[in-house]
This record gives sequence, structure tokens and C-alpha cells, in this order.
Amino acid sequence: MAMIKFRRERCKGCGMCVSACPKNLLVVGSKINRAGYPMARIDDMKSCTGCALCAEMCPDVVITVFK
Amino acid sequence: MKQTFKRPKALVDIPFHFCPGCHHGIIHRLVAECIDFYGLREKTIGVASVGCSVFLYDYFNADVVEAPHGRAAAVATGVKRASPDNFVFTYQGDGDLAAIGTAEIIHAANRGERITVIFVNNTVFGMTGGQMAPTTMSGQETTTTPFGRDLETNGFPIKMSELLTELPGSTFVARAAVNNPKNLMKAKKLLKRAFEVQTNGEGFSFVEFLSACPTNWKMTPKQATERVQEEMIPYFPLGVFKGGQE
Amino acid sequence: MAEAEFIKGNEAIAMGAIEAGCRFYFGYPITPQNDIPEYMSRHLTDVDGTFIQAESEIASINMLLGASSTGARAMTSSSSPGISLKQEGISYMCGSQIPGVIVNMSRSGPGLGGIDPSQGDYFQATRGGGHGDYRTIVLAPHSVQENYDLTMKAFDLADKYRNPVVILGDALLGQMKEPIRRRKYRKKEFPKDWAMTGAKGRKKRLLKSLYLSEGELTDHNWMLNKKYQSMKREIMFETQFMEGAKLVVVAFGSVARILKSTVQMARDRGMKVGLFRPITLFPFPSAALDKISHSIKNFMAVELNTGQMLEDLKLSVGHKKNQVDFYGRPPGSIPSPDELFHEIKKIYKKRIG
Repeated sequence: MAMIKFRRERCKGCGMCVSACPKNLLVVGSKINRAGYPMARIDDMKSCTGCALCAEMCPDVVITVFK
Repeated sequence: MKQTFKRPKALVDIPFHFCPGCHHGIIHRLVAECIDFYGLREKTIGVASVGCSVFLYDYFNADVVEAPHGRAAAVATGVKRASPDNFVFTYQGDGDLAAIGTAEIIHAANRGERITVIFVNNTVFGMTGGQMAPTTMSGQETTTTPFGRDLETNGFPIKMSELLTELPGSTFVARAAVNNPKNLMKAKKLLKRAFEVQTNGEGFSFVEFLSACPTNWKMTPKQATERVQEEMIPYFPLGVFKGGQE
Repeated sequence: MAEAEFIKGNEAIAMGAIEAGCRFYFGYPITPQNDIPEYMSRHLTDVDGTFIQAESEIASINMLLGASSTGARAMTSSSSPGISLKQEGISYMCGSQIPGVIVNMSRSGPGLGGIDPSQGDYFQATRGGGHGDYRTIVLAPHSVQENYDLTMKAFDLADKYRNPVVILGDALLGQMKEPIRRRKYRKKEFPKDWAMTGAKGRKKRLLKSLYLSEGELTDHNWMLNKKYQSMKREIMFETQFMEGAKLVVVAFGSVARILKSTVQMARDRGMKVGLFRPITLFPFPSAALDKISHSIKNFMAVELNTGQMLEDLKLSVGHKKNQVDFYGRPPGSIPSPDELFHEIKKIYKKRIG
């Protein structure tokens, strides 16, 4: 059981987390935040193992991980 | 559930000004994590340089003194000599450290100053809008090498880690990248070692980070990350050049 | 009172610095001030201090910036071409309000020039010298004793104002030997609640000169200007033979020293000549000169250059309503008291008769 949280207003939509996820669970959607960036999200939280590679690779410390 | 990944305490909770996909943010966080890990926040004196890294003083929750362009290693020398019990680090880009500050970094290393230098090599002048850096790759187009860097007229991309390795005064020299999780995990280890070299009083430590600048490379963050792997790493090999784990 | 000792000018500066608590010295060799780093390299170790012979003057000034940023007392010294290289760092120190003492035992220029004494760096020293709208306090000793005393004072002023202080001497003041009396430095405490010490039990501190938000740099510059204005309370000058003077000769440093003999000669010959010697070049003793100009109308600047302090003198006494003459000696030779007497006599005859 794991969970990741996004601080969406800090996301710049660079997609580094998308490339980092070994299970390809993340996407950068079309919704934009107040800064004007599209935001990353996870749809299938149940499959997340909490490996934190997405958080490690995020240049803006958007993601926090719970396990 | 327990939180297993969170923002390091040594980072002030404000957004970075860096462009999307810029590796500076990752490298800032790694440095902050190391400061937390060794409990150094209250002992840290950072030396900010000039370039995209200048706002370091806003991002780190520690004392920071600003150095003139290229002079961070000399300023850090003065700080560390006057205050040897503090943890002193510089954070400099390739224009700052490898062009205008070449003399300062070489002599600080050669004197074996007990400072830790974080060097971010993204092969371009970022802040000023994408001009040629001393580390710009052969053929790389920048705003001042519009036809690509010509080695005949511009010389070669400078290899700072290799250069500093040759100096008898340097203790630890390594090159790392944060372009994928595997390299990032290795980078963390190298950075920790660099910190220990100072906290153990062993001497001068230096970690060069290969970094992407999607904006000035005119690439997507993904393309920029791939370029680090395909173009930079073959020319700027990763690893410990000197002073591996004791 | 201490016994008089026979000391070289440069060494007196080094001795004064150590006595005032300077524990960090950074420098790069250049004639004619090498006795300073040499003395420091030998004697700083006696007081657990640190001496670094840096790779350049640029590195030296930045090491000074770093050491001073921790609240320590630190110094660098050089001579004219080297001082040019230090200007970048001095500008940053002013912008970030970091104290420090910078000694310029100036030589002749422009360029590599020569190693003769010169006062050609007056503008550079008193107008800031580097980029940006800033000032440093400038102290101009005229004897070996003053080299010693003013160096001690320089450290207090630097800490008091959180600003670099420049000691402007020259090859003559550095190389000559004179008897001096050492005195005990009376320690003054200056709060250093800005210093880099590590953010333990307090908020983090920043020492920076970059201000990008709207209006921020404007405010910063006005705040600095206010500080420079407040330095006027530190103005120092010396006068001689001012009673009944009809011509006031104005000079600083080594020339003022020579002029002391010259003015005596003039008085011995019945010429009513006085001497005004600014000791602080910035801030310049304008108010004192202005006051004098209400009763004395004739002034003459004498300098080892082609006319720099002359401008400050004119601004001070109002050159429209007063006569300001000038005798300048570009580098190459040092004028003797007799030669200067000859020049003053010419002006005296023309203006007074």
C-alpha cells in the first residue's frame, strides 16, 4: 500500500516523473495550474509501490511519498 | 502510512525559479538532503555564485554569502579559514567556475581548502540566455556559436574534474549525473562522500553534476535528459576520479 | 609611553593591523608594498592568524570578502595595478555591506607605469573605484607613525560602518623608515548581527548585493548613500601656520609631509602661507575648507599627479569666488622642499604680491 501526493501548484509539467516511474503510472495531463503549466498526475494509485523514483527525479519537489 | 519522501528541511519552502525540466532543482535538493542527513544546517555557510544558481541564497535555509562572478572558491577560502568549524560549500555553474573563475577554483583545490564545491555543468550560459560555455560540446549550437562550436576557433569543452584530479591538493573529485534514477542514486553517494571529506577534515572535495538546460538547448525536458546520456556522458565520463570511499 | 622604534612604513601598517586584531591577511606580491605580506606571513602565526599568498589580487580581495563576512578582522594590501584588480571585490563588499581594510601603497601609472611614488589613484580611491554608486572611507597617512595609527583606526571604521576602508599611501610612505611609538589598541566592540556564523538558534542571514524586486535597489542605494553621508563625522585634517595666512596650500600624504618643511621656509621668509592637510580623503573636509575660504581667498593644491584632489578643493571653496591654483608633479621624481618653495613663491607673488 503506497500513496504519492502532488503539490500541483508547484508542478511545471516537465514529465521527469513520468519517465522515472518503473510502472508507467504517471502522466502529464492537459489541465493547467495557476502558473500555467500542465500537471502530472497518477490515475492508478493502487499499483503504486511507493518506490519514490518519481519524487527523486522531480526537479521541483512536487511529490511526497507515503508507504 | 508513513511519509517516506519529503522536502528536506534545509530547503526553504518556496518554488524554484528554474525552467521546467532543469536539473538545478534536483541538485539543490540533493545538497539540501545531505545537509539534513549530516545535521549540518545550523553550521552551514553557503557561497552563492553568479548565474542561474545565484538564488541559492533564497532556497537554502542557511547562512549564505554572495560571491562575485567566478570568485566563489576564493570567498569560500576566506570563510573557511576564518571559521573552520562551519560547513562551507560553493555551488557554481560552468560559466562561473570553468570560465571566469578558473584561477580561483584551481588554486583553492591546489591549496587543499577544506571546502565542498558543487559544480553544475550544463554546457551553456543559462541565465544570460544560452551563450557558449567553456563546457559547450563540439558542434553545439548556442547564441554565440550559431554554427556550432568549432574546436578550431573555440577550443575544446573543458574537463574540470579531470583537471582538478591532477592537482596534488584535491582530495575528492567526482562527476555525477541526475538524468535518470540510477545515475541520481549514484550521485547521492558521491555527494555524501564529498560532504564527509570536509566534515572529516580530509580536504578539498568537488562534485561535478552534468545537468540539462532544456530551455537553452531548445529541447523538451525528455530530449534534454537523453542528450545528457547520449552526448555528455561519453565525453564527460561519470564516476570517482580521486578519493573514493575510505 | 612605549620606546620609540625605527620602523619601515609598510611594516608599521602590518604592525598596526595585527595590534588592531587583524587575524587574516590575503595578498599578492607587488612592489612597493611587499614588506606588508612579508611581515604578515611571519607574524600572523604568532597570534594564531592566517596568511595566504593568493593566486591574484582578485582572489585576495574575495578571500577578504569571505573572511570578513564571518565577522573576523581581515586585510589585503597591494599597489596601484593590483588595486585596480581588486575593484570588483570592493564594489561587492560595499553592496553587501561587508567591512574590510584595503591598503594601497600606490605607485605610478597608467598601466604598469613605474614604482615611483604617485598620487594618481586619488580619483579611484575617493570615487568608489569600481562599478556602481558607492564610496569607501579613504585614510591618507603622511608619516610612519600615522601608517600605524590610521591602520588601527581603519579597522574600527570598517566595522562601525560595515564598509571597506582604504588606506591610501604611496611608495615613499611605504619605504621610508622613521621612529614610531607603538600604542596599545583599545578594543571597541561592534555588534556583528549580520555575520555568517551558521543559522543556529536564529533565522538565516544573507550577505548579498543583488536586488531585483521593483524599488528594492533604489532603496538599497539611498540607504548606502545615507551611510556615506553619515561618515562625515569621521572627517580628519591637520592645519599648520593658518594664523594670518594669505595663501593656503592643500596637500595630502607624502607631499603634505614635504610641504611641512616648505611652508616653514615660506614663513621664515615672511610669506603668509598656511598648510591644510586632509587626512580623510573621503569624506573630504569640505566644510572646514569652506569655512576657511570666508577669510582666506587664495588656495593652492599640490599633488603628485596632474590634478585630482584639486577638484575636491575647488568644490569645497567655490573656485568662482576664490583663487585656486595648482602645482602637480606626475610620477618620475619626488619634489624637494626647495622646489616646492619655488612653485609656491610664484603663486604667492602672482596672487598676493
